[in-house]
Amino acid sequence: MLSTILSFISAAIIQGIPLLYGAVGEIITEKSGNLNLGIPGIMYIGGISGIVGGFIYEHSTSSPNAALCILIPLLSCLVCSAFMALIYSFLTVTLRANQNVTGLALTTFGVGVGNFFGGSLKSFFGESGSISLLTTGNYYKTKLPFAGSLGAFGDAFLSFGFLAYLAIIIAIVASLVINKTRVGLNLRAVGENPATADAAGINVTKYKYVATCAGGAIAGLGGLYFVMDYIAGAWTNDGFGDRGWLAIAIVIFALWRPNLSVLCSFIFGGLYIICTYIPGLSSASKELIKMLPYVVTIIVLVVISARKRRENQPPAHLGLSYFREER
Amino acid sequence: MSGKKHSAPPVYITKRDGLIWYKSWLIRIVAVLLALVLCSVIIIALTGFNPLQVYSAMVRGSFGTSRKLWTMLQNLAMLLCISLAVTPAFKMRFWNIGAEGQVLVGALATAACMFYLGDSLPQPLMIAIMLVSALAAGVVWAFIPAYFKAKWNTNETLFTLMMNYVAIQLVSFFIALWVPSGSGVMGVINQNSRSGWLPSVFGQRYFINIVVVAIVTAAMFIYLKYSKQGYEISVVGESENTARYIGIDVKKVILRTMAISGAVCGLAGFLLVSGTNHTVTTNTAGGMGFTAIMVSWLGKFNAAIMILTSFIIVFLQRGAGEIATKFNLNQSVADILTGIILFFIIGCEFFVNYKINLRHKEGK
Repeated sequence: MLSTILSFISAAIIQGIPLLYGAVGEIITEKSGNLNLGIPGIMYIGGISGIVGGFIYEHSTSSPNAALCILIPLLSCLVCSAFMALIYSFLTVTLRANQNVTGLALTTFGVGVGNFFGGSLKSFFGESGSISLLTTGNYYKTKLPFAGSLGAFGDAFLSFGFLAYLAIIIAIVASLVINKTRVGLNLRAVGENPATADAAGINVTKYKYVATCAGGAIAGLGGLYFVMDYIAGAWTNDGFGDRGWLAIAIVIFALWRPNLSVLCSFIFGGLYIICTYIPGLSSASKELIKMLPYVVTIIVLVVISARKRRENQPPAHLGLSYFREER
Repeated sequence: MSGKKHSAPPVYITKRDGLIWYKSWLIRIVAVLLALVLCSVIIIALTGFNPLQVYSAMVRGSFGTSRKLWTMLQNLAMLLCISLAVTPAFKMRFWNIGAEGQVLVGALATAACMFYLGDSLPQPLMIAIMLVSALAAGVVWAFIPAYFKAKWNTNETLFTLMMNYVAIQLVSFFIALWVPSGSGVMGVINQNSRSGWLPSVFGQRYFINIVVVAIVTAAMFIYLKYSKQGYEISVVGESENTARYIGIDVKKVILRTMAISGAVCGLAGFLLVSGTNHTVTTNTAGGMGFTAIMVSWLGKFNAAIMILTSFIIVFLQRGAGEIATKFNLNQSVADILTGIILFFIIGCEFFVNYKINLRHKEGK
C-alpha cells in the first residue's frame, strides 16, 4: 500500500513538472497583462526544437559528449520558445493585435511545427522510423547520485532528472522576483494598470516584451522535459496532448502565484493519472475523473470572482492591449 | 534634470480616421502575398519543391473534382456556422473561446438522441427532437459562463476555455458508456435504419447543411446590423458604461447574446452529427471552435466578410492536406502555413488602423 502511494506521488510529480513549467511561464506572462493563449503551441515548439537540436548533434558525432548533449537541446529549446513569444509580443504589443486571436494562431502554428518536424525529421535525413534519442534522453534522465541510497523516500522525491528540480527552483525564484523586488513591482504595475505604470516612468513596452519572452522560454522547457525526460528522447505526434491548456488552468488554480503553482501542478499531475491507481474503475468513470482538473479550475475561478479578495484577482489589465495614445 | 538630451523617436503613430475601403483591402492583400512568399521560402527550404507547383496542387485540392468541391463547401459551411455563433459574443467584447465545447455538447446531445431513440420514431419528429436537444445543450454550455460573468464578472475567456475540456471529457465519458467493447470509438450510429440522418438532396449529402448555414448567415447579418438587439450588442461592446447610461440592461444583453451564441454552436454540432459524420468523437469540432475565433475577428464581426475569411482558412487547410498527400509531407504542414498567413493578416490590421508618421526635423 505504502509503495503504491509513494509510486503515485512520484508519478504525480513527473506528470506535474511540464505543467509547472507551462504555468510559471504563463504566470510571468500574465503578470505583464498579456494573456498568452499560445503557451500550448510554445510548449510543442520547446519540445521539438530540443529534439531537432539533439538529433542533429547525435548525428554529427560518433561519441556524444554529456555536456553538449544537454546544452544543445536546452539552448535550442530556450531560443525557439522565446522566439515564439517574441512573435506574440511583436503582434500584440507593437502591432496592437488582439491577444486571444494572436495566441490561438500561435498555438495552431506551434502544434503544426511540432508535429511536422516530429513526423518528418528522420525522412529529411533519409532515414525511416520514429525518432529515438536514447543517449540524450539518458543524460536528461540522470538522477541525483545519492537518490538510490535513500530507499523509498528517495524513489518518491529524489529520483528525477535535473529539469524537474530546475522547474521548482524557477518557480520559487519567479515568486521572489515578482513579490520582493523592484522589477517585480514594476511588472505587476504594468499588468494591473499600464497607464499608471507609464506615468510613473516604467517602460511598459519593455516589461511586456521581456516578461512574455522569459515566460515563453520557461514554458518551452516544459515541452523539453516531456520529450527528453518523460518519454526519453522520443516524439509522438500530439503526444503532449492538452497539457498546455492544463497549465493555463493551473495559473488560475494557483491564483497567479508561482510558488503555489508548484503544489498545484503536482495536484493536477496526480489528478491526470489517478484513474490508473484506483482499482476497479470502469472506463467511463475514468473519463469523469479526468474531467476533475477543469471542473476544479472553474470552481476556483468562480469563487475568486465572487469573493473579490483583491490579492486573488487576475491582473486587472489582463488580455487588454495598452496604447498610450488611446487614454 | 541632468544634461542628458532627450530626443523624440524618429517616427510616431497616429490612429487613422478610417481608411477608404480599397486601400485597407490593398494592405490586406499585400499582407497575404507577403505571407505566401514567406511560405514559399519555407517550402523550398524544407522540401526543395517548386512552390508554384505546390500552390497549384492546393487549388486542385479544393476545386479539383466535384466531390472535393462539395467537401470544401461543407467544411466552409461548418466553420462559417461556428464563426457566426461566436460573433455576437465577440461584438459585445465577451471573449467566448468555448465554441469548441458548445459545439461538442450539441453534437453529443444529437448523438444521444440517435443512440437512445434508435428508429422508434418517425424521421421528422426524430430530427426535431435532435435539433431541440442540440440547441438546448449549446445554450446551457454557453449560459453557465455568461451567468457568472453577469453576476460576478468572472473572467469569461478562462471560464469558456475550461468548459471546452469539460465537454471533451463528457464526450469521452458517454462514448465509454455507449461502446461496451472499450475501444473508445463510436461507430456510425443507426447505420442500417439511417434514423436521424439528414437526407441527401439532389444527390448531395451536404446540401441541407450548406443551405441551413446560408440561412443562418443571412439571419445573423440582419440581426447584428439592423435589429434593436444587435444595436444593443454593439453598444455594450463599445462601452458598458454608455450602455448602462442609456438604459440598456447590460446583464440581460450578456445572457441573451451568449444564449444565441450557444444555440448556433449547438446547431453546428447538430449538423456535424446528423448531416455529416453520423457519429460523435472528441474531435467532432476538430479545433474549428478555435479557428472560428480567428475567422470572426478577421472578418471584422461582419457576417458577409466572414464568408470570405472562412473560405481562405478552409481553402488553406484543404489545399495543404492535398499537398501533404501529393508531396508525401506530414499533414501538419497545413497548420504551419495557416499559422504564418494568420500572423500576417493579424499584423496587417495595425497598418489599416494606424498611420506611421515620420517626424520632421524641427529647425532650432
